[in-house]
Amino acid sequence: MDTTVVNTDAREKVWGGGNQPLKASYGKMMMWFFIVSDALTFSGFLAAYGFSRFKFIESWPIADEVFTHVPFLHGQEHPMIYVAFMTFILIMSSVTMVLAVDAGHHMNKAKVTLYMFLTIIGGAIFVGSQAWEWATFIKGDHGAVQTKGGNILQFVDAEGHRVKLADFVTAGTHERVQQERKNGLWFVSEGSLPTYTMDEVIAGFEANPNLSIRTQLLDEHGHKTILPREEALKQLKTNGKKVVEGANLHSNEYGSPLFADFFFFITGFHGFHVFSGVVINIIIFFNVILGTYERRGSYEMVEKVGLYWHFVDLVWVFVFTFFYLV
Amino acid sequence: MAHAHKLSILRGTVKFKSNTQKIWGVLILLSIITAVEVALGIYKPEALKTHFIGMKLLNWIFIILTIVKAYYITWDFMHMRDETPALRRVVVWTAVFLICYLVFILLQEGGYIESVYKNGFVKRDF
Repeated sequence: MDTTVVNTDAREKVWGGGNQPLKASYGKMMMWFFIVSDALTFSGFLAAYGFSRFKFIESWPIADEVFTHVPFLHGQEHPMIYVAFMTFILIMSSVTMVLAVDAGHHMNKAKVTLYMFLTIIGGAIFVGSQAWEWATFIKGDHGAVQTKGGNILQFVDAEGHRVKLADFVTAGTHERVQQERKNGLWFVSEGSLPTYTMDEVIAGFEANPNLSIRTQLLDEHGHKTILPREEALKQLKTNGKKVVEGANLHSNEYGSPLFADFFFFITGFHGFHVFSGVVINIIIFFNVILGTYERRGSYEMVEKVGLYWHFVDLVWVFVFTFFYLV
Repeated sequence: MAHAHKLSILRGTVKFKSNTQKIWGVLILLSIITAVEVALGIYKPEALKTHFIGMKLLNWIFIILTIVKAYYITWDFMHMRDETPALRRVVVWTAVFLICYLVFILLQEGGYIESVYKNGFVKRDF
């Protein structure tokens, strides 16, 4: 551009073109504009999450009790650990990305290649971890009962520890068959049936006198309210409607359905950003290997995808805070 | 292409010799902040559970630490520190203004609906 525009001329005519008041190239500017608009999209989602949470402030699930799993450590509860690992992976891949950009400024092809590769690996580990986190969340582990009003009742023992349905309910033979599209009412289907029926849960509850029920409501110390046994049995018999195992968009064993809805939507949208970031990084990685930017004489393209990649990290920092910490 | 990086962080208290060194320095800073967040998230000290402007003090600490992290990611990883002040303002002020507005409106409304449910004007649990 500098060769085609006479600088002294452009300075006189501010609106005549050829000026670069922000001293950033076109591509970089457009990436910044995209990032601002995408940041507002994510803020909209997170603010909507905040809205729903403030609406149900006294019955929102406690994240520390939901995300307690770490791969290979079965049955142990380690809240925060795995998600902290994921955060660290993403920050680390952000660091290798910025190192790639820095190597690009020095026109060091070998280093750019190495750092881009490490960035892609970091991104892949993160997406994989998120898939695992989703799978664990969907599968659930304790199971619960949903009331007619849509509230969740969870089972606890005398010390207040959670008890799995499988530990006190015995499944009998079920007459009820899952409705599929191909039989019964034509083209009408339903989701998979839970392992136990309501009656079996009630029978199991009556047979174990040390069990009680935990409602969604938080007390003044931020713990879930535990009902006395008689009250719990009455609740279960009069209000209990269906057995919930794991999470889907309709109901989840952790509490308010909105909790799972927002979890799937926001982490899913973020995960999709990470996935597309990895794909773009791979494209740029091959361009670096092929020497495209070496011939072009500038590694600015690495800087542009770098901006996107850091933005994905930036969003995760907020998702981490609002889903796992606050 | 001349690349003059500004090499000091924390208002000039920590200075680095090269850009690469600064990147590792910022990584250490971000890791420390994350470690503090995770530790507070696991242990949840009782002293920080007092309420302060509508939220637990602990939650305010989390949000402030998050904004600090966001600042360093934007300023040092995204090189916002090296851009012209005009570009910085165009990006940051626009986003910050709109986000503050959105968050205020939605949280205010969420709190109001909660109060309607709580005071029993609307029954939703049958």
